[in-house]
Amino acid sequence: MSTIERLPLTHDAIPEGRRHIYDTDPVLTARDLVITFGRVIGLDGVSLDLYRGEVLAVIGDNGAGKSTLIKCLTGAYLPDSGAIHLEGERVHFRRPQDAREAGIETVYQQLAVIPALDIASNLYLGREERRGGILGSMFRMLDKGGMEKRAGQSVQDLGIQTIQNMSQAVETLSGGQRQAVAVARAAAFGSKVVVLDEPTAALGVKESGMVLEMVKQLRDNGLAVILISHNMPHVWEVADRIHIQRLGGCAGVITPQSHDMGEGVAIMTGAKTLSGS
Amino acid sequence: MSSTSSTSAAAEFARRRQTPLQQLQHQLHRRPWLSPLFLLLVAFLAFFIATPTFLTASSMGILLQQTAVVAALAVGQTLIILTAGIDLSVGAVMVLSMMVMASLARDGGMPGLLALVIGVALATVAGLLNGLLVTRINLPPFIVTLGTLSIFTAIALLYSGGESIQAEHLPRLLNVLGEGFGIGSFRLTWGIVVVVLIYAVMAFVLSQTAWGRYVYAVGDDAESARLSGVPSRRILLGVYTVAGLIYGIAAWILIGRAGAATPNAIPDANLASITAVVIGGTSLFGGRGRLIGTLIGALIVQTFAFGLSQLGVDQQWRVLATGVLVIVAVAIDQWIRKVKA
Ligand SMILES: Nc1ncnc2c1ncn2[C@@H]1O[C@H](COP(=O)(O)OP(=O)(O)OP(=O)(O)O)[C@@H](O)[C@H]1O
Ligand SMILES: [Mg+2]
Repeated sequence: MSTIERLPLTHDAIPEGRRHIYDTDPVLTARDLVITFGRVIGLDGVSLDLYRGEVLAVIGDNGAGKSTLIKCLTGAYLPDSGAIHLEGERVHFRRPQDAREAGIETVYQQLAVIPALDIASNLYLGREERRGGILGSMFRMLDKGGMEKRAGQSVQDLGIQTIQNMSQAVETLSGGQRQAVAVARAAAFGSKVVVLDEPTAALGVKESGMVLEMVKQLRDNGLAVILISHNMPHVWEVADRIHIQRLGGCAGVITPQSHDMGEGVAIMTGAKTLSGS
Repeated sequence: MSSTSSTSAAAEFARRRQTPLQQLQHQLHRRPWLSPLFLLLVAFLAFFIATPTFLTASSMGILLQQTAVVAALAVGQTLIILTAGIDLSVGAVMVLSMMVMASLARDGGMPGLLALVIGVALATVAGLLNGLLVTRINLPPFIVTLGTLSIFTAIALLYSGGESIQAEHLPRLLNVLGEGFGIGSFRLTWGIVVVVLIYAVMAFVLSQTAWGRYVYAVGDDAESARLSGVPSRRILLGVYTVAGLIYGIAAWILIGRAGAATPNAIPDANLASITAVVIGGTSLFGGRGRLIGTLIGALIVQTFAFGLSQLGVDQQWRVLATGVLVIVAVAIDQWIRKVKA
């Protein structure tokens, strides 16, 4: 197990009470990720460290490479070069399935729910549970009732009230409810890292607040959370650190304490550059 | 349920009145095979009133025998259409498989069992080839199977010289599915039994296993399925391969049914299988449909053919009726896809 040199932290800009997060090694590290799509450069050598129990926000303009970055981290894209380590081990995720099995759950921007399937089937998609005994082992029969019950339980535990009937087809849900299903799936199964790509984009004020509460809860449970958002008040409310993505590269990492929203947005748009980086 | 303002509003929303039309739309959305079932019952009733001999035990037996081969092919076609694909090579794969198994076994050239296994394996490989072209080279299924339709047909004709092989030159095993048993004057063939088994097994697989769920997921939204951890390409490859296997079994059924291996036994197998699937309520856009609907669809087409021929009506009326049914079925599918919660 190799130790990866940490990226510098602006330690004094992190409140006293939360500095302990940075005492341990990062759970997930990315170094010099590069990915191109034909002649379009998606990522131009991006690095990041993600610590247990922290919320790392990623902000940036449209097309800055936020989604591309997290897709490289979660196996949806295979970077052209660069290295990703999970708990110090080099990982090569070839499919989203690989990242999920390693404990990384993702809510993709396009949600990735299947409209024709019901809520319970969506929650358990790709990790179905089979019945006990010969029905499960030989006939590979799904434990539909059990999955539906546990799905209902996890949704209830997360305090999501907008979805009730687990056997309802996802296509009959509103955009916000679909988003709730996708978030519930990630929160229920994430064991190390949860990645949320604009999870509140389609949500109302109350539902957004709920997702933010959930993010804090995951963080308090010791998980690492990556939150992509265009909503600056949200970001400044929950983030420990803020990774600013600009034109495929990282324009710097700030904290809500070191910079205010206006400065963050200025760096994001290139109106201002981060001094000392 | 607590009685906060939001939940009571939600509960009220759920309890709101729907018009009868909305309720129908909702039911059809949950059970898309209801409308074809209704149609089948109406057709039965109409033909029974027109010709009382229609609903005799012996007629029903004949109807089932006539439906068997297309019903079997339509299982493979359903799998592929559920993944938002289409298979135009259905008939070609079946004929190739049939001519190869019959030629190999002709006049005791090869034991019947071995010839059968080789024939069915060949159909499976043909399906696998379709699947590889779709998943590895990313060609649209329509184009792939349009191409293999010609390729497999040509190989079958070149191999067999375009000639039929009569049953008396074939070992009993290859003909056995045309044999049967009677319950009174209601006669069933082993071929029908095999078709029922295929439906039972595949209906179980589609509705009760993870693989079945993935077939729907890939057909509904392939990229979302991939991001959700579904091995999309492997599922697609599996679907085309299983379809090939089923076409091989259909070839075996057809030899028994036709009493010979003939390249032209069912010239319209492709369209007949697609028609059965579509009339059965499976969406051509993928991700939606049930195997039971396909069985009903195959029965509807055959019921029209059989009933109209009993009435002595020109077969073109059946062709016309089938065309109308296909358009109506797709229109209904479009309508029920617009369902709201
Ligand atoms: N699969 C792809 N093929 C081609 N180009 C791509 C692909 N994915 C991303 N890109 C390109 O990479 C760049 C970054 O896109 P990305 O989706 O990461 O932006 P983003 O920061 O998430 O933006 P938004 O805020 O709009 O979600 C864009 O120029 C986009 O066109
Ligand atoms: Mg994005």
